[in-house]
Amino acid sequence: MIQKNRIEGGQIDRSATFKFTFDGKRYEGHAGDTLASALLANGVRLMGRSFKYHRPRGPLTAGSEEPNALVHLRVGARQEPNTRATTAELFHGLVATSQNRVGSLSFDLLAVNDRLSNFLTAGFYYKTFMWPKAFWERVYEPIIRRAAGLGALSLEDDPDVYDKGYLHCDLLVIGAGPAGLMAALTAARNGADVILADEDFRMGGRLNAETFAIDDASGADWATATVAELATLPNVRLMPRTTVIGAFDHGTYGAVERVSDHIATPLEGKPRQILWRIYTQKTVLAAGAIERPIAFNNNDRPGIMTASALRTYANRFGVAVGHRTAIFTNNDDGHRTAADLHAKGIKVIVIDPRPEAPRAMDYEVLAGAQVTDTMGRLGLTFAQVRLADGTERTIECGALGVSGGWNPNVHMTCHQRGRPVWNGELAAFVPAILPAGMTVAGAAMGDLSTAGALTGGARAARAALGLKGREAKMPIAEDAPVNITPFWYVEGASRAWLDQQNDVTVKDVKLSHQEGFRSVEHLKRYTTLGMATDQGKTSNMGGLAIMAELAGKTIPEVGTTMFRPPYTPVAIGALAGRHRGQDFHPKRLTPSHAWAQEQGAVFVEVGNWMRAQWFPRAGETTWRESVDREVLATRGSVGVCDVTTLGKIDVQGADAADFLNKIYCNGFAKLNVGKVRYGLMLREDGIAMDDGTAARLAEDHFVVTTTTANALPVYRHMEFVRQCLVPDMDVQLISTTEAWAQYAVAGPNARRVLEQIVDQDIGNDTFPFMACAEITVCGGLRARLFRISFSGELAYEIAVPTAYGDALIRRIMEAGAEFDITPYGTEALGVMRMEKGHAAGNELNGTTTAANLGMGRMVSTTKDSIGAVLSRREGLNKPDDLRAVGLKPVNPADKTPAGAHLMAATGPVDAAHDQGYVTSACYSPSLGHHIALAFLKDGDNRMGETMRLVSPLMGVDVAVEICSPHFVDPEGERLRA
Amino acid sequence: MIIDHPLLGPRDSSEFTYMGDARLLERPDPEGADAAAAFYEYAYLRDNPAGWHRELWFHEAGDRSWLVVTRNTMTHEISCVELARDVARAQRQSK
Amino acid sequence: MRYSGFRVIKEALTGHKGWTPAWRDPEPASQYDIVIVGGGGHGLATAHYLAKEFGQARVAVIEKGWIGGGNVGRNTTIIRSNYLLDANEPFYEFSLKLWEGLEQDINYNAMVSQRGILNLIHSDGQRDAFTRRGNAMILNGADADMLSTADIKKRYPFLNTDDARFPIKGGLAQHRGGTVRHDAVAWGYARSADSRGVDIIQNCEVTGFRIESGVCKGVETTRGFIGAGKVGCAVAGNSSRLMSLANMRLPIESHVLQAFVSEGLKPVLPGVITFGAGHFYCSQSDKGGLVFGGDIDGYNSYAQRGNLPAVEDVCEGAMAIFPMLGRARLLRMWGGIMDMSMDGSPIIDKTHIDGLYFNGGWCYGGFKATPASGFAFAHLLAKDAPHPTATAYRFDRFEKGLMIDEKGMGNQPNLH
Repeated sequence: MIQKNRIEGGQIDRSATFKFTFDGKRYEGHAGDTLASALLANGVRLMGRSFKYHRPRGPLTAGSEEPNALVHLRVGARQEPNTRATTAELFHGLVATSQNRVGSLSFDLLAVNDRLSNFLTAGFYYKTFMWPKAFWERVYEPIIRRAAGLGALSLEDDPDVYDKGYLHCDLLVIGAGPAGLMAALTAARNGADVILADEDFRMGGRLNAETFAIDDASGADWATATVAELATLPNVRLMPRTTVIGAFDHGTYGAVERVSDHIATPLEGKPRQILWRIYTQKTVLAAGAIERPIAFNNNDRPGIMTASALRTYANRFGVAVGHRTAIFTNNDDGHRTAADLHAKGIKVIVIDPRPEAPRAMDYEVLAGAQVTDTMGRLGLTFAQVRLADGTERTIECGALGVSGGWNPNVHMTCHQRGRPVWNGELAAFVPAILPAGMTVAGAAMGDLSTAGALTGGARAARAALGLKGREAKMPIAEDAPVNITPFWYVEGASRAWLDQQNDVTVKDVKLSHQEGFRSVEHLKRYTTLGMATDQGKTSNMGGLAIMAELAGKTIPEVGTTMFRPPYTPVAIGALAGRHRGQDFHPKRLTPSHAWAQEQGAVFVEVGNWMRAQWFPRAGETTWRESVDREVLATRGSVGVCDVTTLGKIDVQGADAADFLNKIYCNGFAKLNVGKVRYGLMLREDGIAMDDGTAARLAEDHFVVTTTTANALPVYRHMEFVRQCLVPDMDVQLISTTEAWAQYAVAGPNARRVLEQIVDQDIGNDTFPFMACAEITVCGGLRARLFRISFSGELAYEIAVPTAYGDALIRRIMEAGAEFDITPYGTEALGVMRMEKGHAAGNELNGTTTAANLGMGRMVSTTKDSIGAVLSRREGLNKPDDLRAVGLKPVNPADKTPAGAHLMAATGPVDAAHDQGYVTSACYSPSLGHHIALAFLKDGDNRMGETMRLVSPLMGVDVAVEICSPHFVDPEGERLRA
Repeated sequence: MIIDHPLLGPRDSSEFTYMGDARLLERPDPEGADAAAAFYEYAYLRDNPAGWHRELWFHEAGDRSWLVVTRNTMTHEISCVELARDVARAQRQSK
Repeated sequence: MRYSGFRVIKEALTGHKGWTPAWRDPEPASQYDIVIVGGGGHGLATAHYLAKEFGQARVAVIEKGWIGGGNVGRNTTIIRSNYLLDANEPFYEFSLKLWEGLEQDINYNAMVSQRGILNLIHSDGQRDAFTRRGNAMILNGADADMLSTADIKKRYPFLNTDDARFPIKGGLAQHRGGTVRHDAVAWGYARSADSRGVDIIQNCEVTGFRIESGVCKGVETTRGFIGAGKVGCAVAGNSSRLMSLANMRLPIESHVLQAFVSEGLKPVLPGVITFGAGHFYCSQSDKGGLVFGGDIDGYNSYAQRGNLPAVEDVCEGAMAIFPMLGRARLLRMWGGIMDMSMDGSPIIDKTHIDGLYFNGGWCYGGFKATPASGFAFAHLLAKDAPHPTATAYRFDRFEKGLMIDEKGMGNQPNLH
């Protein structure tokens, strides 16, 4: 393989040759190459197609601001769309393919769009495709969608892992060019903890791409030596391949480290990338500057790029993009490119619109001239130049470097909505209002000379850290002034590209102005200028300048550039880290989990807990069989269920009872020690928040239970009341949900089971319904026993310290063996509570009042409690308000599904005639038919009424009878037995 | 954001749960003649300034204290962090 | 000027010389019948309907910056009418119907694309709640469809159904839901209102209301006093700030909601999809960018920017259901200021000051409401009576206990 455009020099390692393919063709490059530099070395300029017109494109830049050279990198599940060839580090075996084409890259059928470009101007789609009405979605839009988009996803799960990490430092330095290196060095030598992050794989910034010296070494060598010194310092963390993506609040920066992108696949155990959250006291932003192009007709052909990119390819990568090269520049820096290329033996000609263009060397300079057009179907062949005297000249060239000046890279300074200000001398925006703690140095601040960058970096670090004392001596470096005459586009140009990726031309900006879209935001949105994957880093200024000219205003009067995080696009996988698949959320396991697994339980997620849903037995083919069995076995003998997940809050202190009186709408002050009471909590807006029980273990000690889902919100609420509303009460709270393993033992034989375990007498007289006590079990283990029942059976909840939870469930099962004790899961639990008419989450849905739940009388009027006052509002006490009722099907075979709505037996079925809805429903094995709990308007007064239950969504329409929600044992005899 | 907890020092805001306007400390007198109106205002009309805002945060993944944080809603700058219980007690004493 | 395919072709062939500004740039007159404060989607829609449906021509929209610069240009472009409560569903269904005829109504292609919206279901409780909701939608005349996991897998084959922490157990679909090109909505309404005589006055900030004896006579602005028979405010995000100029306190907090767009990608997502066990929803624009979002950051803010925890939370949700998105890149993140109301529902009502009307409290659901909000606000302004679909959106509902709380989160705005 011949790298026909490879020239001497550069910082590539010629001893390491990497083979790679692009669109199936084999090439070779070297270590230290990017994909773009390696392709250019092989004479490949065409690397992509533009978004709209599918114009052939090559790289415009040599960095992360690249709009054109976007490729699919890698294949299969690791294929990454839209990867910038200009930053993709070459590795052995790299496979890249071109994207956004129909056919081959050199013959893209969609290039027909380019022929139609006169019809496809800015915003044309807003004006057409409206007739016939149905055609937009059926015809036009599908065509547009297929043609749009850039790269393609593999549609396979990303096989790589991503990590997240946290770093802290005194000073974060963003960018390792001369300013950043000097800032880091200054801070590090003064003992500060420093992080130096740079997006490039080689630190040094522009120094790697320039030929001038610092002291008596080359800039690149000085950078290498400085990085080496920094690497020896224990207080410095060097982070190459790390892009700082955003400046967030209070000194928090996001950064993405590309750990494995420069190799074919991540090493064993290594992530692909790491998202770092960097917490820093101070930041020096030394992000450099970005060269901007000039717009002229057909300025987008492969081979046309920024002048500094040409210089980078030559100086850093040893690549001559074209052996005949033209430079079109309005400033002296463009001449630097010419000089560097000339020194490497490349034939150079400079076109400079300034009449006083400098002439330093023995290459041709066309002062006062402009490039008016270019030729070359898939790559530049000729440039058309209008000379100062108005005559035309055609120049043969394979590369054309364009320089319209440099824009300080203000991106990160805008992340907290700071806007840059105009600097006329530089003809560019420079940072003004900065995120707190940030200073800007070097080219990013507008100090475009090397000496300025070095001094600026050192001073920024000193200022950031408040260093006193004498400044260290700066190395000697070039200090050329900026010499620029603003020049944005060639007069008469129309098909002159500003935003190359999105195909926004000068003509589009003019049209935008003509149609009244004149503010920056309107321009951007109407033409899509700057909306591409480069966020307009190379295009925004040109658009602004043209709009300013059309509006007869100055550029800053028209507006400023504005950037948003991230600095460069970030893999979504990196932002998600390890939170995917089963690890998306943590799992909470109950103390009986291992035991339940042994029983073959099916688990269900409830508030991050994994709870046993049912325990299938051999021969059972449907979940219903298991659940029905569990219910009947519990009601018939005894069952056991892990209820650890219910929130438990210990309330202690002399004022504990008064505190609960405040929290619950019903009274607790008079609850006797050794007793449990059901309690209903309201939010301050008078709506039911949660229900549960409070057990008084001592005068100054209660245990409050909450529903599983509300354990945290209720605890937070109780702490709010304690700390903020009753701060003088003597009461303390602690959440003990995870500290106690708790089991419900329910059924007529429950007492007989527990009597074998509990050390005390729990006969019905000594330990009646709603009793509670601190007891011991199994001969001395401390425990808590509550005689409460959710199932409606004789039931207890027994709690032991979590460490004994596994032992206790096994002991209960042993003790219950003679009664054929049956473990039951959340489904059976739910069925039994519905049979008993207890409210749960489906009823306490955040919109129901105590009255809706049939507990209106519980809201005490003799004391103040949270929510009492607002619960009395008229809208919450309407005469025909919803009331909790039970439903049973008129035809016992019918189902009564949750989510169905209630309608009168006759009359219309629509929202206006809606009478209520089913909250919970199940098949009741105890009754042999389906039952449901529902909210029904004026439900208390409609017992026995036959109604229509409709679920048009599921095609259900059945007759139901309204009944009491207490389907089983309405008198409560069983639970008191 | 970073909240400088008065007892525990600087903590990432993701350790906290937000509630809002610190006027929620000033629960009206339920016995007052205008209790209905006062509670309506208390529950529903909160301060929402573009600028400095005293607001309640709960250190849920920390020491479970409620804090009154004075924060600028335009810039997110935080100027003062107090224990809500101290603030509530002081308000009581000043009444 | 009428927009059409023929016009585009004609202009293309004649050098695009005939295109005129989409709206005029008039000086404010001294007096209007109705002044709308806020040149966002809702304000511009209000102006359009006032002019077109209610015969009001002496109308001005005044905007402190550039029209469409607020939430109408910062949202994730979703339209739907999948609400639960009868106070909401008819209103949003009215809105969806207006979307369906929007382009012909305003002669502007806002790219209404009824690609469908799908809310994933991950638990039995969620299925019960979505069943109730789907039924409420149908009973209110909207469409709803309960899909099985297999149905969903057909449309989204790369959805994670194998190794999900929260398995997908189905989904509630509204096939008429979809997306609209958001900026075009503002521009289309503006152009239509302008063509009917409405003055759209940009760079004109309201600095006060002139209120005499309890009657609003107009607004003080940075461009002088503008008299008005009626003043309607539609400045969601900044409602509290603006109405404080009339000494009003609102049941509203301002919160930041971040939104995200990926780099352009070839089509992968046919419609809008929302994750039911985390904070993530997503659609793909006609340009190919994945447009996605999640929950609000959760604290009061006017800063129009958020922080990393919310960004990471959303991307975790993305990877939970679409593990193939790992290598797609997030291109841009931005924040909008949401009027988070105390029950999660909006307000379209008169204020206690005669002649001063208010429209706000849209939480993060304002975009889909744009047409109906404009229509209902125009109705209120023109007739002094609420539109039949918006009768519940009153200020006094909190005092009376008539909250419209879809999520059941109570008086805690950041939970809605």
